[in-house]
Amino acid sequence: MALLDVEDLSVTFRQRGKRTVRAVDGVSFSVDAGEVVGLVGESGCGKSVTSLALMGLLPRQPGISVGGKADFDGTDLLRVDRRAMRDIRGRDVAMIFQDPLSSLNPVIPIGRQVTEVLTRHRGLSGDAARKEAADLLDRVGIPDPTRRLKEYPHQLSGGMRQRALIAIAVACQPRLLIADEPTTALDVTIQAQILELLKALVRDSGTALVMITHDLGVVAGMCDTVNVLYAGRVVETARRRPLFAEPRHPYTVGLLNSIPRLDAGRGDKLSPIPGSVRDVLPWADGCAFAPRCDRQVEACVGEPPQLVLTHTDRTYRCVNPVPAVGSAPAVAEPAVEAGPGPAAEAGPESGPVGPVAEVDPVAEEKQSSVPAPREEESA
Amino acid sequence: MTDGNVSVPSERDENSEPGGNSEPGGNSEPGGNGEHGGNGERGGNSERGGNLVEVRDLKVHFPISRGVIFDRVVGHVKAVDGVDLSIPRGKTYGLVGESGCGKSTLGRALLQLTPPTSGQVTFDGVELTTLPPNKMRSMRRRMQMIFQDPMSSLDPRQNVESILVEGLQAHGIGADRNARREIITKTLDAVGLPKWALSRYPHEFSGGQRQRIGIARALVLGPDLIVADEPVSALDVSIQAQVVNLLDELQAELGLTYLVIAHDLAVVRHISDTIGVMYLGALVEEAPGDRLYRAPLHPYTRALMSAVPVPDPEVEDRRERILLAGDLPSPANPPTGCRFHTRCPWAQPTRCADERPVLRQIGDSRVACHFAEPIASGELRPHKVTAQLTRPEDEGETPGVVSAPSEPGSFV
Repeated sequence: MALLDVEDLSVTFRQRGKRTVRAVDGVSFSVDAGEVVGLVGESGCGKSVTSLALMGLLPRQPGISVGGKADFDGTDLLRVDRRAMRDIRGRDVAMIFQDPLSSLNPVIPIGRQVTEVLTRHRGLSGDAARKEAADLLDRVGIPDPTRRLKEYPHQLSGGMRQRALIAIAVACQPRLLIADEPTTALDVTIQAQILELLKALVRDSGTALVMITHDLGVVAGMCDTVNVLYAGRVVETARRRPLFAEPRHPYTVGLLNSIPRLDAGRGDKLSPIPGSVRDVLPWADGCAFAPRCDRQVEACVGEPPQLVLTHTDRTYRCVNPVPAVGSAPAVAEPAVEAGPGPAAEAGPESGPVGPVAEVDPVAEEKQSSVPAPREEESA
Repeated sequence: MTDGNVSVPSERDENSEPGGNSEPGGNSEPGGNGEHGGNGERGGNSERGGNLVEVRDLKVHFPISRGVIFDRVVGHVKAVDGVDLSIPRGKTYGLVGESGCGKSTLGRALLQLTPPTSGQVTFDGVELTTLPPNKMRSMRRRMQMIFQDPMSSLDPRQNVESILVEGLQAHGIGADRNARREIITKTLDAVGLPKWALSRYPHEFSGGQRQRIGIARALVLGPDLIVADEPVSALDVSIQAQVVNLLDELQAELGLTYLVIAHDLAVVRHISDTIGVMYLGALVEEAPGDRLYRAPLHPYTRALMSAVPVPDPEVEDRRERILLAGDLPSPANPPTGCRFHTRCPWAQPTRCADERPVLRQIGDSRVACHFAEPIASGELRPHKVTAQLTRPEDEGETPGVVSAPSEPGSFV
């Protein structure tokens, strides 16, 4: 049983007079204690909305509907009431946001923003809280912490602000930390500092970390398991090394081929993914990536591609995946793929959301004794 | 819009002078403003070798002023403080550095968009810093800029045709509407935009396409030099590659010279022949791309290289990280001696704090470090550095205020 089990999470934004947006469309992943799980994707793939949904930070108002399950140690984060969520948030689950200047309150000194969490969740007050806050700032590498406590966010540099934010997040030693693009606003040398800090936190305290980023380089250095998202769905999941060594989904391949690498030579041609993230097909009508995909076949359009499980601890959502280096499974998988088709059709109208949950058992059967990777991870 | 920024304000300057408007025809010396000048002229230029741009001891200092009624100058932010560089014709010079190192200011000063405090900028043999405004204006046709954020550097109320035709009109290129339209269509084609884009507005395009419009706007005047300030950093990864490739192709096709300014070392490395690394207003190392990656000599370059994540777990796990302590010191009050010595893991007590190192040639690199050789040979070992606190307020709001009118999209 994993610490966090997200199953079939979907978030839909409805607005009168506008197109309904399915920002997250059946995302499932799980995180173990001490594990770093990456959610990678470009803008609009639903990675940030996923994190907001898990934290219960999406506004509760008509028009925004959250579906699925997020089981955190027995509690469904998507179903608990606000009061209970306030107890969990900050204590058991904490979040680090992208832009520290807009997520820290500019008119409240850093010290009070740190002690607020300590008071709320750990019942510390006065000097004890201040001392603990100074300790926290010290632990995240802020020099001269006692003086910093009295300062306001604008008096700190970007890297220091991000450290302060991390200090607030780890104040109660949360069991799960969600970091949403924690280093995107920072310079590379500062980014390296922050990533090292996060790694050390995971290593020392066994905190589970969900790392949301668009930067495959960050993922390569940090994450144990990587989920690649496209248009609101997970298109590929794998352990870090296999994913980079042998990506199977054309989108993952495209991403990897399109980023300039520091260790590549001048003039090595990049192979970009054609089109833009706007050119998506609704998942209900087939594979969202099909319009940009160079491996597109007829089967891509018509019905949504199912998650395919392989023997090697990996899943991908593709009808015509990039062949694996050891070519044997590449032949076997389309056969598996053909199986779930009718099964998915049988679930009427559950179309865009349902298949992930539905298909897994089918695929499992087909692959006989091979357990699903998710189960393996949680074991 | 921002390109409008490049040419339009200067046009106004001229309009305020008597007879300014009749000038462009007269001083359009570098041949063929009449036809779509660029091509023929560029052919002529590429035959000549050598450097298109030479920068000598360029300084840009912004005054920091305090006071309610009367502003007192209380200091200077030395955004660029003595930079020498030269860009060979048809090549790409990449400028990297962290935010606040002065790389953008250098790019702007090179184009005379921010007047340099001192130093020389020579473009194709012409000294720009002393060039009278009207001559400078016609010179601008040959040096164009691509901005970071295509959304804020394109006027949302201008359609693509109007954006592109503005520069042509300002420089008197193209005899009539049809001639201009032909030039524009050709340029659109070159940057990979369809013809129907002409009547559309910036918001109707995706980020990548908008950046293509920005490139087309720079390209339409047939420039020799393009300064690209963070050309891809606002784009999604899958789109970045498209734009990077486009810039590469255009260079191969048109023989353009680029100055690419970016914080992303991987992008710069991909596109540049020579890379200059800036730290606190000065170049600390300049080397051919391969060399810089394989054997960085300056401690800062080493740290920077080791900090850039590589999308390959094998590489990531093997790499040695040099973590720098603390943040970039304030450019208003830079450290004495070597500017990097406060964060340098190799800093020595002897010279680093007192004597500012100059760029010196080592192999095919230029490095500003007193101890580059012993560090490279492993004779000097890195030591631990404790972080010193940097305060953002020292950096002063003044540079923002000074440069605001020339900031993309903000000209009044």
